[in-house]
Amino acid sequence: MPRNIFKTLQQKFSDFILEAYTYRDDAIVVVDRNAIYDICKFLRDDSRMKFDLLMDLAGVDYLGRDPRFEVVYTLYSLKNNNRLRIKVPIDERNPQIQTVSTLWKIADWYEREVWDMYGIRFKGHPDLRRILMYDEFKGHPLRKDYPITKRQPLITAEYTNNSTITPTVELSNKAMDEYVSEEDGLKVKHMFLNMGPSHPAMHGVIKIILELDGERVVSADVGIGYLHRSFEKHSESIYYNGVFPYTDRLNYVSPLINNVGYALTVEKLLDIEVTERCKYIRIIMSEISRIADHLTCIGAMAMELGAMTAFIYFMQAREAMYQLIEEVTGARITISYVRVGGVKADLPERYEKRVGEQLKKVRAEIKQVHKLLTRNRIFVDRVQGVGVVSKEDAISFSFTGPLLRASGVDYDVRKQFPYSNYDKIDFEIPIGKNGDVYDRYLIRMEEMEQSCLIIEQAFEKMPKGAIMVDFEGQEIPAEKMADLGKFGQTKNLLHQVAVTDPTLLGSNKPYHDMVYAPDKRVSLPSKEKTYGSIEGLMNHFMLIMDGYGIRPPRGEAYFAVEGANGELGFYIVSDGTDKAHRVRCRPPCFAFVAGFGKMIEGAQVADIVPAFGSINMIAGELDR
Amino acid sequence: MVEGIGIVLLKLAFVLLFVLNFGGLLTWVERKQSALMQDRIGANRASIFGIRLIGLFHTIADAVKMFTKESFRPVAAEKFLFTIGPGISVFFALVGFAVIPFGDVLIIGGKEINLQLAPLNIGVLYLFAVAGMAVYGVVLGAWASKNNFALLGGLRASAQMISYEVALGVTIIGSLMIYQTVELQEIVRWQGGTLWGWLPKWGVLMQPVGFILFLTVGIAQSKRVPFDAPEGESEIIGYFLEYSGMGFGMYMLTDFVETVMISAITVTLFLGGWQVPYLMADGFHFPWGATWQLENWAVALLQVGSFTLKVMFFLWLQMTIRWTLPRFRYDQIMRLGWKYILPISLVNILITGLIITLLK
Amino acid sequence: MIPILFFFFAAVAIASGIMMIVHRNPIYCALFLILTLFAVAGLYVLLNAPFIAAVHIIVYAGAIMVLFLFVIMLLDLKSETSRQRPGGLPRILSIIMSGVLLAELVLFLRSGTANLPLVEGDLIIGSTKEIGNLLFTEYLFPFEITSVLLLSSIIGSVILARLKLK
Repeated sequence: MPRNIFKTLQQKFSDFILEAYTYRDDAIVVVDRNAIYDICKFLRDDSRMKFDLLMDLAGVDYLGRDPRFEVVYTLYSLKNNNRLRIKVPIDERNPQIQTVSTLWKIADWYEREVWDMYGIRFKGHPDLRRILMYDEFKGHPLRKDYPITKRQPLITAEYTNNSTITPTVELSNKAMDEYVSEEDGLKVKHMFLNMGPSHPAMHGVIKIILELDGERVVSADVGIGYLHRSFEKHSESIYYNGVFPYTDRLNYVSPLINNVGYALTVEKLLDIEVTERCKYIRIIMSEISRIADHLTCIGAMAMELGAMTAFIYFMQAREAMYQLIEEVTGARITISYVRVGGVKADLPERYEKRVGEQLKKVRAEIKQVHKLLTRNRIFVDRVQGVGVVSKEDAISFSFTGPLLRASGVDYDVRKQFPYSNYDKIDFEIPIGKNGDVYDRYLIRMEEMEQSCLIIEQAFEKMPKGAIMVDFEGQEIPAEKMADLGKFGQTKNLLHQVAVTDPTLLGSNKPYHDMVYAPDKRVSLPSKEKTYGSIEGLMNHFMLIMDGYGIRPPRGEAYFAVEGANGELGFYIVSDGTDKAHRVRCRPPCFAFVAGFGKMIEGAQVADIVPAFGSINMIAGELDR
Repeated sequence: MVEGIGIVLLKLAFVLLFVLNFGGLLTWVERKQSALMQDRIGANRASIFGIRLIGLFHTIADAVKMFTKESFRPVAAEKFLFTIGPGISVFFALVGFAVIPFGDVLIIGGKEINLQLAPLNIGVLYLFAVAGMAVYGVVLGAWASKNNFALLGGLRASAQMISYEVALGVTIIGSLMIYQTVELQEIVRWQGGTLWGWLPKWGVLMQPVGFILFLTVGIAQSKRVPFDAPEGESEIIGYFLEYSGMGFGMYMLTDFVETVMISAITVTLFLGGWQVPYLMADGFHFPWGATWQLENWAVALLQVGSFTLKVMFFLWLQMTIRWTLPRFRYDQIMRLGWKYILPISLVNILITGLIITLLK
Repeated sequence: MIPILFFFFAAVAIASGIMMIVHRNPIYCALFLILTLFAVAGLYVLLNAPFIAAVHIIVYAGAIMVLFLFVIMLLDLKSETSRQRPGGLPRILSIIMSGVLLAELVLFLRSGTANLPLVEGDLIIGSTKEIGNLLFTEYLFPFEITSVLLLSSIIGSVILARLKLK
């Protein structure tokens, strides 16, 4: 398949294709920057190619190489179900490239982000402003020569002086006062309203500047970046397993899926396969998180519509899910459970039964809320026909997940690019029709039920055994084992079992082999091996010490999982060291928020709330 | 003269205590009832000497908090109007109770005391006038805040309240046609009769459609969920956005007082006010012939109790609705008022008129 | 008691009427007008016409003035204080109208109608029932004409709104 694409491209743009190859099954084309627009247009419109979604657009900085920068386009074709990566090298002296924002609407925001982070200009871009950083920021933070420790506080001593702030405020007020638009030949003065960042429905992290004609939204400008935490910069500065705590904070409502997505990308880069049991554990934990995420989304949307009771019901159901997560990971939100090549620890005993009980609770609450909302006239009136996104727009904004499916496109990473044994599980993907808030609501409600089914099937199919294993040796506390090992009393230590504290329960030897890939490059040895044998100790040393650790070969990989909001992709570039050269996260709700301004144009002020609730904006992954 | 003023003052004290206590208690009821409905415990932390009394002290704690909080006024706000806005709001919410009868006639020492603060012969019209004025507190507060969100809230409130004022008037004309009076005490007395000798002639039975419409419009007038678009805390935060401390407290109190008000009016117009079935001025006269003589004070007590119970029932009902339904959108509220409730109540009047003419 | 109340209401009505004219802020003008309406309603009550008083407040203060405020609030918030003096035709017209009103007032005072003796006893013209009866018997025709007038104005406003929508 990639061969055909390469062939066609080389025939048509022979002068501009610099290189075409596959790496880890990813099709990659390196093209000259002068042809990027034509190539993209061809790939999008050609009937054989049909790459209609611009999944991702990111910059990479290869400091010291000439050309220094690279802009990476990840395209996806719904028709052929394949991805294509286009890489465009860009000269440091003239960091410019043609914009593709006229081809894909989402490119508008993606290109703004690349400009913000790398200072690469996009010729013909309608509105090239900073997006994640604030306007006063100097420099481009993701460039390799921007030191990670450099700080630029926005509020300095001179800003605290009132006299310096007031003029700018008055200036903008004046500009708004003097702004006159025309409608049907009449001069009309519209009202401007700053919705957010301190607004209850904006979750404190997003700003919408509304131009209002009475209650009707004439235009809307969405501003993000309030929760930017330099996830991508941090990830370049730390060893591979150290990134997991940062991924917890991406989509903090379903952090386990982020963990899984990142781990799978690194595993793809390393070309390793995890154990069967681990795959199912990852499925189970992902689906539990997905349920928690959907519960939060629908609950919060209902609450913002005034249906407080539905919200509380769903919060109780989510509590059941969080308890399940807590039992496995020891934490509720910042779980850091997955590791490259496995998971931290096995599931606790009798977990399947616990999950069964909690799923029953969740199903009961879903049924309650169905009764409260699904056919409630007021609720249906509030959400039907509101925030409509047509199929074409949804594709152009590269929506994924429930929002794309609500617009009637059948795309789910779990089905299209099955990972972690999702292909062995029988489940359905609900598809909507109208692309309005109501369809999104129904799809999320149905997906929760499907997730329950997936969890139940995963438990059925999961290879059992380790849980019921009989210990040969005797059990001793882990800290005592560590002491014995340190003093060289390693005799028989290998045959003993360490009893660890609750958060590490299930990580000792009998379980260890079930959840960790048998690959010494990535998997830490069990406590028993570390303290009981020299091989284990060396292995441990090699993985933990600075400068050693997990070192994927030089290369790059894009891997996506189905997050609760849609395609959660990671693009990782490795330079062969123990730290990633570039970690790019494709957050699903970035696209939704990019399309949100269009979604609410012409709607009423009150419609903003359900529309915003339905896109499930999670600032953690939006701003990274 | 002095005695008369004394009696009026006593009645005034009674009504005010009744209303304000109910209003205050409602803050507690709202928390506790919503907690019950949502499987929560609800407010229960406020305590005096360790006694918690299922969270009842929260009403007091709330009041103390409201009074002691800083009353903040934005720099740009219109000082005078910003200050009197909440006052106007509470004032018009409270004065409506003057015409609500809470009992029949109490005889003390040979003096007949009408258990109604102000026996106006324009009763219902007075209520409308007061209800119509309630919007000023909201609109002025909203405008004086000089905040676009508050302004939107004020606009929504004025549009909604004007629209529903029309509907409010039209929905009860059917009942007034039956009662043949607008004096509220008379209306309640009229409902003391029975149909076919056993069924109390309460308004809800004579005007079921009017009753449902009136209750809907009443809730809309009090700007509570599902009609709380002017507040819409997750959309525009509400007309009281800039208020803090007692200013906000007064707007909140208005909300609760209006809830009591709507319950009281509904009870008076449609549920026989202070009437207890088969209770006459001298005791019970059951339809099967039995009688039970009662003293005048006992009758009056029963009547006041009956009125209170009925009001409490409607308070409960409104709370249940408030915690069950989501919020309408502003234009949907207007559509409901003008396109559904108004025509239906007009038809209701027509049919009522026809039946009255035919029965003559 | 009644004379005191009368003078009180009358004073409030006149004072707030003057304030309405001279105040620069249109919102306050509207509010003074509402105060005037209240004072006049008070006078109606003193005249034993509670129905008129109530209707007066419901219609004028409760509905019409709310619409006034509604419109004023929709106007630009900042330019309300810089009200300009009307010039040209409106100015001439207003001078003529005030002249006519003044003349009427003078004629009325001179005609002696203002010096009629007070009528003692209960007047029942103001009660709801009386007015209802009168409206539907003696004054049925004017009443119906008024309804038709209102109906036509409703239709007119609907058509105007529709036209603008298109």
